[in-house]
Amino acid sequence: MSRAESQFHLALCSKFENIELVQVVLDESLRRLECDEDTRYWVGIAVREAVANAIKHGNLQDPGKKVEIELRVDGEDLVIRVLDEGHGFDPGRVADPLAPENLLKPDGRGIFYMGKFMDGVEYRFRDGGGTEVTLRKRIVAGVASPERNHEEGER
Amino acid sequence: MKIGIRTRQGVTILEPKGKITIGAGDIALRDSVIEALDSGARKILINLKDVSTIDSSGIGELVAAYTTVTNRGGRLKLVGLPPKVSDILQITQLVTVFEVMDTEEEAVDSF
Repeated sequence: MSRAESQFHLALCSKFENIELVQVVLDESLRRLECDEDTRYWVGIAVREAVANAIKHGNLQDPGKKVEIELRVDGEDLVIRVLDEGHGFDPGRVADPLAPENLLKPDGRGIFYMGKFMDGVEYRFRDGGGTEVTLRKRIVAGVASPERNHEEGER
Repeated sequence: MKIGIRTRQGVTILEPKGKITIGAGDIALRDSVIEALDSGARKILINLKDVSTIDSSGIGELVAAYTTVTNRGGRLKLVGLPPKVSDILQITQLVTVFEVMDTEEEAVDSF
């Protein structure tokens, strides 16, 4: 495992097509960290959601605004930060997509996805604007399934 | 993402291939469902066997397709779910909403 070589920092303009670029770099980084296919898949899904939220809700698809994505390894944790230049939001006010009244709503599942596929999700709202989402995933062998959080009843 | 369209025993079968994700595949799926409805289709089957990734926007479009088809007097069913897409439908509890069939033959016969 080459941890230093697997870390990256990207700064991209706010276009949805750039999510594919993030996916490619992320996947290669996770391969170098010897993450299994399931881990790469589910972490990839979660990061796609974080970047999509940053582009859509944070930067309001303004291509002049940047989204930054940073990956580092902290002990046995994969730590991915996604930063935008938006005005932030209140995570406590995000509706539960599993509530019967929300089940048929077409949106509102991005944050739910992140919570299900990662071991930790934190938000920080920077002074002067900008949201920072930190995603954590334990990358020891055998930890990969989205059902892990599901079965533990988290979120 | 490309979407194939064909009919079998009066059922319109949509076959998206690749990623149903924000900004691309989600819009293509929406357009193809509306196009099918506008051309008179009311029995719609989405075969997801060649879908590799579906993000929350893609799931949202599936839900929107379901409600749009239902509101226009049609029925929409799913078939061919790859394991990870199936996982996502389980996690989002949308398996309780969609009629998910095991085989295309069974799905077509069930309309």
